[in-house]
Amino acid sequence: MFHRFANPTRFLKLADIIQPWAAGLTLVFLGAGLYFGLIASPSDYQQSDTVRIMYVHVPSAWMAMFCYTAMAISSAVGLIWKHPLADLAARATAPIGAGFTFLALLTGSLWGKPMWGTWWVWDARLTSVLVLFFMYLGYMALQNAFDDPARGTKASSILALVGFVNVPIIKFSVDWWNTLHQPASVIKMGGPAIHSSMLIPLILMALAFKAYYIWVMLMRIRGEVNAGKIRALRLRQVHGGAPTYPNGGAPTGSNDGARLNGGAPVDPDLSKEAG
Amino acid sequence: MTEFLEMGGYGAFVWPAYGAVALVMFGLWISSRRFVKSTEAELATLTLKRETTDET
Repeated sequence: MFHRFANPTRFLKLADIIQPWAAGLTLVFLGAGLYFGLIASPSDYQQSDTVRIMYVHVPSAWMAMFCYTAMAISSAVGLIWKHPLADLAARATAPIGAGFTFLALLTGSLWGKPMWGTWWVWDARLTSVLVLFFMYLGYMALQNAFDDPARGTKASSILALVGFVNVPIIKFSVDWWNTLHQPASVIKMGGPAIHSSMLIPLILMALAFKAYYIWVMLMRIRGEVNAGKIRALRLRQVHGGAPTYPNGGAPTGSNDGARLNGGAPVDPDLSKEAG
Repeated sequence: MTEFLEMGGYGAFVWPAYGAVALVMFGLWISSRRFVKSTEAELATLTLKRETTDET
């Protein structure tokens, strides 16, 4: 399964099919989530309408952890099996994860001020999420800190794996330490402790964010594959090398570059250099 | 309508939260789209250039 999609051309063909569905699902879930979240759901008896911040805050926080987990797994697959697309998937995930972590922090702050009386508190949950945000930024900075992209990818993959220790700390921080933040109320033993009228918009928004992630991540992988091909072509231009075909001389027109230039042969091995 | 916008007196907190989400999601989408478009255009130019060089 993994190796079947190690070929970027095959993967991008699959992405072509998935992307419009992911885009459609994002809009549908987002529309429904906003309707239920802002209009159809009741305000909370204690928190009044500030509870509506939950419908964007909680899914953002879930995405922050989900994206980091996806990034760490992709980095591990890239490091261990040298899967060419795994590194690109990790690279494509980082800015999305950073965006959602920023949103989790910002919307949490906007919810905290009216309910806790403070924008920020240095407790375990908030601090560990802030550390997660810095891990994302560090990952992206490290990736671009080397002239050789392969070295940048390796260094940042190791950082992603080391930083993964923070994810369970975030999840269990509310149980391990005293905090202003409430404990888990959806994903917990014995089922969710939240009324269905509030659970519905929460789940819809979470699904919208997931579909959005797939949509944008696939888009970014496509960009990364292109960027890899550009790097390879530039290198060839600099070295003045004639095109070589590993299959014994026959140019194959089945890769993505061929489609872009109207069917002219492009080295099939270019795709391997992506990333 | 005004009641809806006031959000029980918490509109100043609820709307910026939703606005920030909209901004970040739209921003990420548009920057990713630009990334794809610009790399596609550059790749097309480069492959065309190479094609011409190969022919000569």
